[in-house]
Amino acid sequence: MSFLEIKNLNISYATRKETIVASKDVEFILERGEILGIVGESGSGKSTIANAIINLIDPPGEITDGSIKIDGNELRNNEEFIQKSRGKKIGFVFQDPQTSLNPLFKIKDQLIETIQTHLNLNYQDSLERSIQLLKEVGIENAEQRIEDYPHQFSGGMRQRVVIALAISCEPDLIIADEPTTALDVSIQHQILKLLKHLTVKRNLAVMIITHDMGVIAETTDRVIVMRYGKIVEQGKTQDILTNPQSNECKSLVMSVPPTNKKIDRFKLLNPDGGELSDSSLNLTNSIIKNWAVRDISHEKLLDFKNVTKIFDEQSIVMSKKENDKLKALDDVSFEIYEGESFGLVGESGSGKSTIAKIITNLVKPTAGEVFFENISLHDPKNKKIKNKYRGQIQMIFQDPYSSLNPRFKVKDIIAEPIKFFQRNINSADVDKNVNDLIDIVGMTRQSLDRYPHEFSGGQRQRISIARALATRPRLLICDEPTSALDVSIQAQVLNLLKDLQDELNLTILFISHDLPVIRQMCERITVLKNGKVCEVNDTENLFNNPTHEYTKELIHLMPKIESIL
Amino acid sequence: MIKKTFNKIYDTDIGYSFFNSKIAIISSSIFFIIFLCSFFAGLVAPYNPFDPASVSLMDAFTPPIWSEGGNSSFFLGTDQQGRDMFSTMIYGSRISLIVGFASIIFAMILGVFLGVTAGYIGGRYEIIVMRITDVQLTIPTILMALLVDGIARAIISRSMHDEMAIYVLIFAIGISEWPQFARVTRASTLVEKNKEYVSASRIIGLSNVLIMFKHILPNILRPILVIATIGLALAIITESTLSFLGVGVPPTTPSLGTLIRFGNNFLFSGEWWITFFPAIFLVVLALSINLLGDWMRDALNPKLKKR
Repeated sequence: MSFLEIKNLNISYATRKETIVASKDVEFILERGEILGIVGESGSGKSTIANAIINLIDPPGEITDGSIKIDGNELRNNEEFIQKSRGKKIGFVFQDPQTSLNPLFKIKDQLIETIQTHLNLNYQDSLERSIQLLKEVGIENAEQRIEDYPHQFSGGMRQRVVIALAISCEPDLIIADEPTTALDVSIQHQILKLLKHLTVKRNLAVMIITHDMGVIAETTDRVIVMRYGKIVEQGKTQDILTNPQSNECKSLVMSVPPTNKKIDRFKLLNPDGGELSDSSLNLTNSIIKNWAVRDISHEKLLDFKNVTKIFDEQSIVMSKKENDKLKALDDVSFEIYEGESFGLVGESGSGKSTIAKIITNLVKPTAGEVFFENISLHDPKNKKIKNKYRGQIQMIFQDPYSSLNPRFKVKDIIAEPIKFFQRNINSADVDKNVNDLIDIVGMTRQSLDRYPHEFSGGQRQRISIARALATRPRLLICDEPTSALDVSIQAQVLNLLKDLQDELNLTILFISHDLPVIRQMCERITVLKNGKVCEVNDTENLFNNPTHEYTKELIHLMPKIESIL
Repeated sequence: MIKKTFNKIYDTDIGYSFFNSKIAIISSSIFFIIFLCSFFAGLVAPYNPFDPASVSLMDAFTPPIWSEGGNSSFFLGTDQQGRDMFSTMIYGSRISLIVGFASIIFAMILGVFLGVTAGYIGGRYEIIVMRITDVQLTIPTILMALLVDGIARAIISRSMHDEMAIYVLIFAIGISEWPQFARVTRASTLVEKNKEYVSASRIIGLSNVLIMFKHILPNILRPILVIATIGLALAIITESTLSFLGVGVPPTTPSLGTLIRFGNNFLFSGEWWITFFPAIFLVVLALSINLLGDWMRDALNPKLKKR
């Protein structure tokens, strides 16, 4: 008998218009001392299974069939047993450490409450046990930190506290739903190491749900690949990643950007298994002629000179003291040459997005200047000249769900910049331009008459690209363009961006926290930390011989899918 | 054709919620009936109470049809001047609705404009606008309206006063309700402003006016609509209160509030119907709008949506 046995599990959500099957005939087992990874794209039913185990499925969701057994005890429809098991037998680690701790209680109270609910201990013993737990998950100075409130811990520390909570009553099973997605690479590494360590030390069964193949490769023993609520493949992690059998699995593994080499394009698979050739770009000659592609000069296009940015809260009454101010950027300089793709990489809070906002004039720098072809972008005297350059810099955003106005048709979204820059253009020309653009980004013309909410994330990102291209920009800023997308969609969008750059001679500034993606996309890279530049280098040099300590650490710690090969 | 349109409406979330809520259907039909009646008052009402030729003092104080001494030609009885109660109520509700709608539209335009600009532009301008709303919210609506009315009386000459009364009333109620709109609009604007589609428009170079009113405004209409509906009920009640206090519309064109005030004098002398029917009518009208607003607030709130 296995520790956790799930058999023939069916879960569906009945909505007014249709019944969505979130999990169909799911069957797997999990033993003690084993880390099982569940991987799949968004909407594949990964989290639904985790929630089903602890009976946290919200209506209208319902388990329609199947059984979930822990140590031979049936969990389904057994509210009393689940009540006792939650926290005691099963620990849960959620994705967002910001919200999974109650901000009004001290860490101490939250730990002791959990412990006293499930174990027969008095206050003093529970306190000692809590301190012990915090030490075990690697929180220094635990005797004092236990008196703190959650907001006094950093994101990674908070996730450690959550893990301490999860293991506080010696559970046998830990379910971690995207435990490191909200964290930076270095903290992700620590948390995963901690989970691995605890698995061995306490002989736990651990279930990690993630979309990150690197995390899967580095931590799990076995892996389940899901799609549309069904298990498409399960087995040893190594087998699945090196020798995937099903097409879904193959396409998933293929689309993961490799960390150890630069590839020209991502290979894509058809649903039937055939390789998808260059389908993302349907540039016909006429469109390119119409476009009037510029020649690449390889000259300096953008000069970002000694820029410092301080954000200060505006208040009528008092201004902040000098040293209280948060420096988002501290004397940052770099240059971008025409025709290259330039990468900006850094963890959260490193000032990547602030740079994008300064270049696009959404915020003004506190000190320093930005030159675009020798025109200062922030000089108030240059207003007229600046307007001429407007539209030469465009941007693609991170969140495909908020970057398109939900009340506009796709047609109008793309047409707006065209109409704005060519005031006396007639409507036939606008339509022609819009049609060209939607062809270029590889979508059908039928989509023009629909609204953004009818499209998936990847499609929306394509629309976003079409809008950015509408002004015929020379510099395209991509701010984490794929971090909200699934890997296979990410591969398609990255391919599209590469093709566009080749065909249209675009200069690209690519901003990301994801090192493998940056490696695939960029020729030169700047590494940022806390608003300061650590290193500027050619991509291959940077990955093979990093010079700065921080760069070395980042490259060493990033989860690598190759680690298992 | 009609069936197709109906199915299309039924298929949307809001349509589905509407046709599955008894409260929404009942309250909206009551409101719609009252609205139509007052709009076509000339056709619906059996008499024109403002036509002196059709009014006879001989008919004064006729009780409702079912009471002793009731007259079959006056269904709900008559008032002290012999006017048919039913007709005066229909005509009165017309005044009430006109004032209600006009003042809420006035408040909405003012509040939404200030709210969107405050939220979007920010800085000192925002602080000043929002502090003004804070100050104004500390003054009760009725007091504010009385204040405006008092000032208007002092400014406008006596002969013009009756003519201008309805505009003064609209202004007074509108000016006391705009802070609600400004607050809600500003809050929603702050949320929308940080979305990336607004950044995208700014990068394209669209003017602030275009971004505020073409991009942001259509996306924040839902909460404004809810506030406007609930505000409409409040405006009608405020109008009635002012008229009841004698500072509203002149007695020559009575609104529901004026009717209640007239009837109030006769309440204890046995002629209860003169004040009772207009009062009930006002309650039904305000309640139906309020319930409609409540339903709308729930239906438009994605967090409360039942799947």
